[in-house]
Amino acid sequence: MSMTAAVLLGSAACYALKLVGYVVPGHWLDGERVRRVTGALPVALLAALVGVQTFAGVGGRIGADARLWGVLAALVLLRLRAGFIVVVLGAALVAGVLRALGWAA
Amino acid sequence: MTAYDGASAYALPEGRRREILRQAWAVGVATGLYGVSFGALAVAAGLSVWQTQALSLLMFTGGSQFAFIGIIGSGGLAAAPAAVATAAFLGFRNGLYGLQTSRFLAVRRLRRFAAAHLTIDESTAVSVVQLEPAGKRLGFWHTGLAVFLWWNVMTFAGALLGNALGDPRRYGLDAAAAAAFCALLWPRLRSRETVAVAAVALLLATVLAPHVPAGVPVLVAGLAALLALALPGSEP
Repeated sequence: MSMTAAVLLGSAACYALKLVGYVVPGHWLDGERVRRVTGALPVALLAALVGVQTFAGVGGRIGADARLWGVLAALVLLRLRAGFIVVVLGAALVAGVLRALGWAA
Repeated sequence: MTAYDGASAYALPEGRRREILRQAWAVGVATGLYGVSFGALAVAAGLSVWQTQALSLLMFTGGSQFAFIGIIGSGGLAAAPAAVATAAFLGFRNGLYGLQTSRFLAVRRLRRFAAAHLTIDESTAVSVVQLEPAGKRLGFWHTGLAVFLWWNVMTFAGALLGNALGDPRRYGLDAAAAAAFCALLWPRLRSRETVAVAAVALLLATVLAPHVPAGVPVLVAGLAALLALALPGSEP
């Protein structure tokens, strides 16, 4: 397999999987139990992304660095009902400043 | 773009429309900035600039792309079948997203193929948190297009300039991405049930991260959604 073939094959596989969600019949999702699970799915995935993006480092190693302080700042801002951009920029600012000062990795 | 949101969004008050567009493009910029590191890492792993760009244009799902170049980087061309398989495995969650997004997008024919391509973590996350159906559609298309644009432009920049552009960590952009997911999750934590699901998923993904390939923790933690069946409580 050439590298270009691998790139195209992998892309085709990923696209096919995306398309699956659009071609299976919609009634597969009807019913109270399925609805509860699909409603909880984004909560689970977003929370998992928060965990991984905050704690996972190079090679998957977990630890606390400036990102954790950025996320804590974001939580405070959310608690204060700050807007989305303020929350995101606030987290970047806190993490960036702590790193620049050498107070956090 | 007007063809997508013109008709569907006009039921939205102007303030809500602007709010959703701000979210969509903020997520697009924050996510896109990671494209720089993807581009640089892909070239370092042995891909050409054009192969790197093809991944961002055609595969267009960050977890799968990082997994692909990570495996190529450690195993070379001999690892290509494993790289393809891992990328596909990680792309499975986009199919699950599509099950949900296809319901409110109500897309047909050619537009369905475009919607499928833009079905990723970010477009799904921004769309499902909106309460109005028109807001969900607006959030989906704009986030998908914003991430697609920025991700590809920054991939190209990263591939050309390599690490010369600097480490995005220096500007706290890794924290910005985590904060964006926090901000998207926050309004959904309305019941004890959803808080329990979120806590289990966060712990599961974090604990798994050192032991499985990148992207897998998020996929496995998605199973925490099944807790919604076991827990009594209100609608999530």
